[in-house]
Amino acid sequence: MTRALGRQGAMLAATVLAWVPAAAVAATVNLGNGTEPESLDIHRSSGVSEANIQRDLFEGLVAQGPDASLVPGAAESWTVSDDGLVYTFTLRQDGRWSNGDPVTAEDFVYALRRGLDPATAADYAFILYPIENAEAVTRGEIADFDELGVKALDDHTLEITLKAPTPYFLDMLTHQMGYPLHRASIEQYGEAWTRPGNMVSNGAYVLSEWVPQDHITLTKNPEFHAADEVQIDEVLYYPTEDAGQELMRYRAGELDVTYDIPADQIDWIQANLPDEYRNYPYLGTYYYGINTTIAPFKDNKALRQALSLAIDRELLTAKITRAGELPAYSFIPPGVMGYEQQAADFAAMSKEERIAKAQALYAEAGYSPDNPLQVEILYNTSDNHKKIAIAVAAMWKQALGVQANLRNEEWKVYLASRDEKNFEVVRASWIGDYNDANTFLELFLSDAGPMNAPGFNNARFDELVRAAAFETDVATRAEMLEEAERVFMDETAVIPIYHYTTQHMVKPYVKGWANNIKDVHPTRYLSLDQ
Amino acid sequence: MYAYAVRRLLGAVPTILAVIVIAFFMIRLAPGGPFDSERAIPPEIAANLAGAYHLDEPLGDQFVRYLGNVLAGDFGPSFRYKDYSVTELLWSGFPVSAQLGISAMVLAVLLGTAAGAYAAVRRNTIVDGGIMALAMTGIAVPNFVVAPLLTLVLGVYLSLLPVGGWGGLSHAVLPVVALALPQVAYVARLTRGSMLEVLRADFIRTARAKGLGARRIVTRHALRAALLPVVSYLGPATAAIITGSVVIEQIFGLPGIGRYFVQGALNRDYTLVMGVVIFYAILILLFNLVVDLLYPLIDPRVRYD
Amino acid sequence: MTDLHAHIPVRSLWGYAWLRLKRNRAAMTGAVLLALIAAACIVGPWLLSHELDAVDWDHIQSPPSLASEHILGTDANGRDLLVRILHGGRVSLAIGLAATLVAVIIGIAWGATAGYAGGRWDGFMMRFVDVLYALPFMFFVIILMVFFGRDIYLLFIALGAVSWLDMARIVRGQTISLKYKDFVLAARAMGTPPLRLVTRHIVPNALGPVAVFATLTVPQVILYESFLSFLGLGVQEPMTSWGVLISEGAQLMESAPWMLIAPAAFLTLTLFCLNFVGDGLRDALDPRG
Repeated sequence: MTRALGRQGAMLAATVLAWVPAAAVAATVNLGNGTEPESLDIHRSSGVSEANIQRDLFEGLVAQGPDASLVPGAAESWTVSDDGLVYTFTLRQDGRWSNGDPVTAEDFVYALRRGLDPATAADYAFILYPIENAEAVTRGEIADFDELGVKALDDHTLEITLKAPTPYFLDMLTHQMGYPLHRASIEQYGEAWTRPGNMVSNGAYVLSEWVPQDHITLTKNPEFHAADEVQIDEVLYYPTEDAGQELMRYRAGELDVTYDIPADQIDWIQANLPDEYRNYPYLGTYYYGINTTIAPFKDNKALRQALSLAIDRELLTAKITRAGELPAYSFIPPGVMGYEQQAADFAAMSKEERIAKAQALYAEAGYSPDNPLQVEILYNTSDNHKKIAIAVAAMWKQALGVQANLRNEEWKVYLASRDEKNFEVVRASWIGDYNDANTFLELFLSDAGPMNAPGFNNARFDELVRAAAFETDVATRAEMLEEAERVFMDETAVIPIYHYTTQHMVKPYVKGWANNIKDVHPTRYLSLDQ
Repeated sequence: MYAYAVRRLLGAVPTILAVIVIAFFMIRLAPGGPFDSERAIPPEIAANLAGAYHLDEPLGDQFVRYLGNVLAGDFGPSFRYKDYSVTELLWSGFPVSAQLGISAMVLAVLLGTAAGAYAAVRRNTIVDGGIMALAMTGIAVPNFVVAPLLTLVLGVYLSLLPVGGWGGLSHAVLPVVALALPQVAYVARLTRGSMLEVLRADFIRTARAKGLGARRIVTRHALRAALLPVVSYLGPATAAIITGSVVIEQIFGLPGIGRYFVQGALNRDYTLVMGVVIFYAILILLFNLVVDLLYPLIDPRVRYD
Repeated sequence: MTDLHAHIPVRSLWGYAWLRLKRNRAAMTGAVLLALIAAACIVGPWLLSHELDAVDWDHIQSPPSLASEHILGTDANGRDLLVRILHGGRVSLAIGLAATLVAVIIGIAWGATAGYAGGRWDGFMMRFVDVLYALPFMFFVIILMVFFGRDIYLLFIALGAVSWLDMARIVRGQTISLKYKDFVLAARAMGTPPLRLVTRHIVPNALGPVAVFATLTVPQVILYESFLSFLGLGVQEPMTSWGVLISEGAQLMESAPWMLIAPAAFLTLTLFCLNFVGDGLRDALDPRG
């Protein structure tokens, strides 16, 4: 496009002009952002890279503070009915779109309907299923959108009705599926509404430039209700798929914050740039799923437990991954709201005791060093997964004599294999969509479909998780979910390995970038201290 | 000559069609589709997506639809980068890849032939050995080692050049050099080899006997004859530069079509990969045609068949 | 009259070539070194105490030292680097030789035939080359790897199937040039049948660039394989190749330089040797000496 060519001319001119001292320097921050966004349409994308940009462009009913706590966003207050089913949001009067139009309840109605519309084919539509009739609408069972539990009572009052009390509903609304949309511009521009110049947004920033694979520029939105608190005038997002390259750009001063860190250079970073290294727990677990639908793992709890016990998680996280991850003895990571971690009983055992028990269970399952288990570990292409798989295979060999071979597939093929259950042991991870235990447990309901990679099928577990969805008392609900996790962990359909941490490099002059468990860092809270 | 060129161009059409057919069916048949994602999509949504992109039609129909669009100049929407059409992505990426590739090619040919010819003239001296040793290392060391090495030294330690991105002359230096290096080496070796043969030929001996100076002999007579294998090599050189550019663009984060290509294959972004393949196909065919046209210009005894 | 022929051994063209090769010291040194490296790669792993996939938990990513019993250090998983380099050598050399052999044979046959036949045959054959050429190598191999899985024999075939194209083009170019040379025209005038013409007169004269290009193809194949490994499509764990080791080492250039230097040194040395042998071959096979 001529934009790209013109851009190069502009860049050349800018490079030359950079020598001319500027009168007032705009505060610009350069962020590494992982992959190139699939789309900036909130209903057509679902990754972290896209979410970061969309979080700066749009504001939902509920927003996130610098520490990821829930704060009023487009809605200044809300009430919940006693039965937990009806949420009434009062929108702020001074909410504006970037073209000056006021943000109304209709904008949310339009957006939520569009998100659930089967014609939009939004792959994260299911996150809105707690809303009354949402699932039926997306499946095409209900054609009349008026039956959807989302109503605009007037310009500034929005009422959402749920099908069951959902304690994590407000947290879910911070997901991009809950953002409003400016109907007029979408209808005017159609598919091209996400282009710079066409896009109308209600967040702290507007989209001003998009050079595919090169960078995306957002500039401050003067119509934003908190615009005078926003200190960064311009933010540039760069696609950085290679963490090693990203680190080099960071060191050269081209990036102010990185998206990730190359795992094998952690020691070097901690020795040379310790103050710029940010490491914090993340709402996610790395685990190995065991295919419980095939031999030899089917109905063979002893074998599965043996494999789990034989892995030395402390050694793995200390020597192989080395990013401060927490060895995982439960599936649900620490820091989940209102939930107590359920550590497996072998967490308290010493390494020798675990190995001894593993060997006993292995023998019980009918295996021995002379009759070893042959197993295949499937993982998707990545240095990190490879290193962990090699280490796990070595541990299994050392402790039990298991012969493990490794199968490496690239992402899409790996997903197909995993979904079709074409594996014996598969590497997987789960990052919570919202801060509640349910997002981790609903994965393994017997009717969860391909997401339930191990094919876990336990009646008691299903019963507990489903009943918890309707339980209004917070404490009782927590107990039900905790018991469900205990049942799940005992069956050892999965082997949790570690709980995630996120790691970033952040330049010392970037202020307002706070560590938090959801790893969200809206640019509206950042400032530069140069 | 023009008749030959026209004939070749017409002959290229079925070639391109064949390429499109092979590539289309291969990538459609590969496991893993463009919409497989971490969270397995509920079946009803998957059905909607497939319908929206016509993936539920029989393969034959999909192909005909696609071919029709291509002939009209529309490569379709990218399956992965949903906000852009393939044509737009190619259009924005091509100038970058072209500048990178052409600069690398020019550097490779100029530097390579000069070095190779010089080495041949100074045969079996230290200069010859030195140049050939350097050439060997240029071939032996992969570009995904050279590139980070250069970047580390020149970009990070010495802060002389930018480490990534694209936007000006300074951004182009490291990628072009890293991309060109192996080709400089190949061309140098080829030139030296054929130069040595040419220098032994009778017509050179005649020229020397006639009293022509060494420099004149080399540049006016020998070089022209020695360039034949180099010209033959230009075809493979283009392919090598295109292949190499994939790595280089990845390493330096350049917004070129090489990157789209690999990501497209890994993402099963059918339309994007097809677009890149067809694009490369046309490019390579045109370039090979040019090379074949050049051949008889250099060696007058070769005729157009 | 004395029978002179009784005392002078009759040699064929190839016999003379072999003599010339033996006299080239650089080429012979290269060949010997190559043999040594190959021997080390084949026999070495049996002689060393470390296993290919044994993890030494106390020495993860540690530098070379005699005290730790890891002469070349360990990789990011704590496996001995020397053993891995030798195993990797087996794989890389095998891939390089097999794929290049495939490429040479097909390339010569195809290119010489096309170049000599000319006309419509040439056009058709080269168009076929164009079709394959126009598929960017990476695309073709990636799809193959994805379809049929990561089999090492498939790797040989795929890499060879892409590399013969260059050879064919070069041979065709040479054939076209040689076709109109005096000695060929003379042989034709004498009534030599085309097959003998091609095999006896044209191909041996074209072998110079072919030999040189073949020795350039081997490293190219090895490097292609390393790029595939980079993408996760090459040899599978726990097998390894020099390409895999180098790409792992390249990412750790600053923090673990031995992981890059050691395998790269092996690769570079091997390629230098191939270079000398290739040059020697070229000089030996050039009939005009």
